[in-house]
Amino acid sequence: MNLTLKIWRQKDSKSKGQMVDYKVTEISEHMSFLEMMDVLNEQLVNSGEEPVAFDHDCREGICGMCSMYINGEAHGPDRGVTTCQLHMRMFKDGDTITIEPFRAAAFPVIKDLVVDRMAFERIQQAGGYISVNTSGNTQDANSIPISKHAADEAMDAATCIGCGACVATCKNSSAMLFVGAKVSQFALLPQGQVEAADRVRNMVAQMDLEGFGNCTNTGACEIECPKGISLENIARMNRELMKSTVS
Amino acid sequence: MSGFFKSSIGRKVAMALSAFFLMFFLIIHLAVNITSLFSADVFNEMSHFMGTNPLVQFALQPVLIFGVVFHFIMGFVLELRNKKAKGVAYAKNNGAANSTWMSRNMVYSGLVILAFLVLHFIDFWFPELNYKYIAVNPEDPTRYFHELQEKFIPVWRVAAYVIAFILLGLHLAHGFASSFQSLGASTIRQKTLQTFGKAYSIIIPLGFIVIALYHHFSHH
Repeated sequence: MNLTLKIWRQKDSKSKGQMVDYKVTEISEHMSFLEMMDVLNEQLVNSGEEPVAFDHDCREGICGMCSMYINGEAHGPDRGVTTCQLHMRMFKDGDTITIEPFRAAAFPVIKDLVVDRMAFERIQQAGGYISVNTSGNTQDANSIPISKHAADEAMDAATCIGCGACVATCKNSSAMLFVGAKVSQFALLPQGQVEAADRVRNMVAQMDLEGFGNCTNTGACEIECPKGISLENIARMNRELMKSTVS
Repeated sequence: MSGFFKSSIGRKVAMALSAFFLMFFLIIHLAVNITSLFSADVFNEMSHFMGTNPLVQFALQPVLIFGVVFHFIMGFVLELRNKKAKGVAYAKNNGAANSTWMSRNMVYSGLVILAFLVLHFIDFWFPELNYKYIAVNPEDPTRYFHELQEKFIPVWRVAAYVIAFILLGLHLAHGFASSFQSLGASTIRQKTLQTFGKAYSIIIPLGFIVIALYHHFSHH
């Protein structure tokens, strides 16, 4: 299929960016979106132009590196997939596709479609871990009884790959789905409950410090999340923070 | 505790608590007004009680005004902060793909409700304050029903009220369940809450619309 691409080009974090039109031809519907971008870049390199910079790594929906706001949606029009898992069969011959970087003041553009998502790392460093002695005499995890329900919910929360689609999609650039998932995966398990109060306080404080917006419960993040992280995690984070305030 | 209300989640909780209070007030307001459809005497009696009872006038009314002002100011402050958090707007954004119109436009439905409140205060509250405290007229427990009827004679005012109530309905359609979510209600209960929210957001504004239309068409 032949496509027109409208892509955000920005030389570096200091420069002003703009949308630039490109044409790509003979794109197979079996290609992934990133393979289509590879075809464009090969075309640009061959004609002596600067290729479009975009983040990617595993290309199998695990690492959370690929981003892109495609036709007005994070990771494009398909549900439950990252951009690398989005296939060109979702588009039609002759389509115009708008491709922008994830937008949030806390995710500044580094170049073209690449944004700096280190804010998520700093939130994790503020409390997204458990303090465990790993000196070699660690207790066997299976000796701690955990209900199936709690284990399942914690695992669901832990599937968050930290891609930032929730922030990109949210009209307020709120990071509450991400932080809610990271708070929940520990709050649900006995190993995490020991430091639960400090964790939620510190992670929420760091989230606010990074300049993410305020959740207004539109629910857009849950719909666009490639891993289907539930809004329940935001409600749980709210409960955890209220609990930590009164405890 | 003051640290809690300075956090993003604390602000959500404060917004939800003021919303709860206002949603409770709407039920009371509608319950009083709806009596005007059935009996001028009952309406006069209830209005007279509300207008003269010291507890209502000097304890509940200031709390109500604080609640309204707080909800509006906090709403606009959060909207401005959220705009700043987005930074650059998307060239193409498909909001309808993942969220409702109501949830994305709370500030606009809120603005219409604010404009309505200005009109509503000019219509009822300021004349009431003038009657009681500035002109210091003698108490007349039978005046309320006639004042209500007269206000709904002009078509423009009835139209303005109806439009404002439709926007109120849209505001509540998102706001009701959203305020519970902010307070940490589980999504399992959210399904029930959303059903309740839908019913509430239709029944309350519709009640007010029926009252405005009834008095417009029944007055000769």
